[in-house]
Amino acid sequence: MLSDKYAAEIAGVLARYPIKNSAVLPLCYIAQDEYGHLSIDHIQEVADILEMPYTDVYEVATFYSLLYTEPVGQWVLQVCDDNPCCFTGTEELVADLEDRLGIRAGETTSDKLFTLQRVKCIGACHRAPVMQANLEFLGDVTPDKVPGILEDMVQKAQSGATLSISGRFAEQ
Amino acid sequence: METIRYENGYPGGPANGFGSEYPNPFLKEHIVFRNRDYPNIGQVDEYVRLGGYETARTVLTTMQPGAVVDEVKRSGLRGRGGAGFPTGVKWSFIPKDIFPKYLVCNADESEPGTFNNHEIIDYNPHQLVEGMIISGFAIGATTGYIYIRGEYAYGARMLDRAIREAYARGFLGKKLWGTDFDFDLYVHRGAGAYICGEETALLESLEGKIGQPRAKPPFPAVAGLYAKPTVINNVATLTNVPMIMARGADWYRQYGTEKSPGTTAVSLSGHVKRRGNFEIPLGLTMRQFIYELGGGIRDGHELKFIVPGGASTNWLINKPEHLDAGMTWDDMRAIGTEFGSGAVIVLDDSVNVVTAAMKIDEFFKHESCGKCSPCREGTHFLTKVWERIGHGHGRPSDIPLLNEVGDQMLGGKCFCLLGPSSVSAVKSALKYFEPEIRQQIELGTKSQINGHDAPSPSVAEGSARTGAAAAPVKR
Repeated sequence: MLSDKYAAEIAGVLARYPIKNSAVLPLCYIAQDEYGHLSIDHIQEVADILEMPYTDVYEVATFYSLLYTEPVGQWVLQVCDDNPCCFTGTEELVADLEDRLGIRAGETTSDKLFTLQRVKCIGACHRAPVMQANLEFLGDVTPDKVPGILEDMVQKAQSGATLSISGRFAEQ
Repeated sequence: METIRYENGYPGGPANGFGSEYPNPFLKEHIVFRNRDYPNIGQVDEYVRLGGYETARTVLTTMQPGAVVDEVKRSGLRGRGGAGFPTGVKWSFIPKDIFPKYLVCNADESEPGTFNNHEIIDYNPHQLVEGMIISGFAIGATTGYIYIRGEYAYGARMLDRAIREAYARGFLGKKLWGTDFDFDLYVHRGAGAYICGEETALLESLEGKIGQPRAKPPFPAVAGLYAKPTVINNVATLTNVPMIMARGADWYRQYGTEKSPGTTAVSLSGHVKRRGNFEIPLGLTMRQFIYELGGGIRDGHELKFIVPGGASTNWLINKPEHLDAGMTWDDMRAIGTEFGSGAVIVLDDSVNVVTAAMKIDEFFKHESCGKCSPCREGTHFLTKVWERIGHGHGRPSDIPLLNEVGDQMLGGKCFCLLGPSSVSAVKSALKYFEPEIRQQIELGTKSQINGHDAPSPSVAEGSARTGAAAAPVKR
C-alpha cells in the first residue's frame, strides 16, 4: 500500500497545500514509480488517499502526458521532434533508436526495458537532437552516441538500481 | 552516460551547457544569468558570499510593502512570460483586505524554442528564491509555489535544494529576520501540459484538476489560487527583483529602452552557429542578436525565416525592417508579431515551410486542452490539412481552407490564447511563402526533413501504448 510504504513522503506532500486535491500530481508520480504505470486500481488507490472521486483522478491521469496509464519500459526515452529540433537531427535519431530497439516510436520493447516516444518541446532546443531518459536530459545525441547510451542504460537496469520514471527525487 | 550537465552536486564550471562559453559584448555584467559571471552561484555559500539574501533582509527590515511595489513600478520591469505587462502594476491589483494571498512562480516553460528559465532554475535558483521572498513581501503573500514543468526534473531538484537551504538559514519560514513576515515556499511539479503555462490553467492544475483555463473575470489578483488573491509571475521576472531592489530602479533603467527597461534572457535555437541562451539589453536588434551573438546562419545556407518569440508568434523574414527591429514588446508589435517568451528560432533555406507549419500546428493540436471547440477542432483540422499537403495530396482549395479555418479561431472565438496561437504559423506561412506552398500542391511532392519523409502527426504522436511488435532487439 502506498499509504504505508510512502507514509512520510505523502505526509510531506500533503503539508504543502491547504487542500488534499493539490497533491494529486505528486501522488500520481509516487504511484507510477511504485507500480510502473497507473492502472485503474492504482488510480483508485490515489483517489482513496486523497478522498477524491475516482473519476477526478482518472481525468488527471489521462490528461497529463507524463502520467502513463499503460505499462511502459524501465527506461522511457522521449525524443523531442518539435520545432526546431525536427530540423536539426531528430529524424536521424529516432530512425536509429527505432532500428536498434526494434520498435516504432510509441512502443515498448518486448523485454520491457525501453519505451520510445516522440514528444513535444522539452526546453533544451539548443542541444538538439535532444532526448530525455526518465526525465534526465541527454543533449547532442547524434546517432554515433546511441549504442553507448543504450548499453549504459541496460547495465543500470540490470544492476538492480531503482529507476524512477517520474523524475522523483529522494528529498521529496 | 553523457548528460547535458552535472553528474552530482551543484552545477558549475566554465561551460554550462546553455552556451555560457559564447562571448556577449552587449553586457558588462549579467542581471538574471549571474551564473555566467559567478559559475558557482547556485551554491548557497557562494550566493550569500556575493551578498545574496542581504537584499531581502534589507527590504523586509527597512521598507514598507508599498514602497517595494513603487520601486518595481519605477524600474519599469515587465513580465517576461510573454505579455510584457508591467510587474509592479500587476502587483498593485492585489486587494489589501483579503487573506491569505499567494505568490505563484510560473516555471512551466513549454513554448517551443524557449529554455531561458531552464538555465536560471538549474544554475541560479537562489536568486529566484530571494526574488520570491521580496515579491511575496511586496504583495503580502505568505505562501509561494513554484509550478515547474514536469520535464525539468533536475531543475525541480535544484529548486527544492535551494529552498531547503534557505529554510535552514532562516531565509524562509516564520518571522523572517525578526519581522512579522512569514513566507513559505514550495516546488510543485507539473506533469507535461503546455496549457498549464496559461496562468489560470496553472492554478487549476495546482488545485489538482486538469489544466484548463478559467473564465476571467474574476482575475487571479482577486480570486486566484484557492479563490484567494494571487500573483503569478514568470521565473525571469522574479529573478530580476533582487537586483532591482539591491541597486535601485535608476540603475536598472540604464539598460534597455524607455518603455522596456532592463535586460532579458533570450533563447536562440535552430540553424545558427551558436545555439544557447543570451542575456541582452532590451532593444538589441534581431540582426545583432542572430548575427553577432548567434554567429549567423550555418555555413552554406541562407536565412529563410525567424520564429521570434516562441511557436505562437508571427514569423519574421530576411528583410531590413524585420532584422533591424528592436527586441522589445512594443517594437515587435509594431512589425506585427510578439516578443513572446524570449525564444528566437532561426530556420534556414533547407526547411520545408509546410513541415515547419505542420509541426507548429501539431504542437498546438497536441497541447489543446479540449475545453473549447474552435481550438480543439481547429488545431486538429489545420494539422491535417498541412499533413495532406506534406504528403503530396494537397488541393488548390487547401490554401483558402487554411485561411478560413484559421479565421474561425481568431477574434476571441477561442476560450484562451492557445487556439489563436496556432493560427500564427498558418498566416505567416501563407503571407511569406504562398508560392512555395502552391508549388508543392501542384507538383504533389512530399515534404522532406534532411532527406527523410516528414513523419505524419498520427505517427509522431507518441502514446504510451505497448507495442505488439516483438522484433529482435539489437542494441
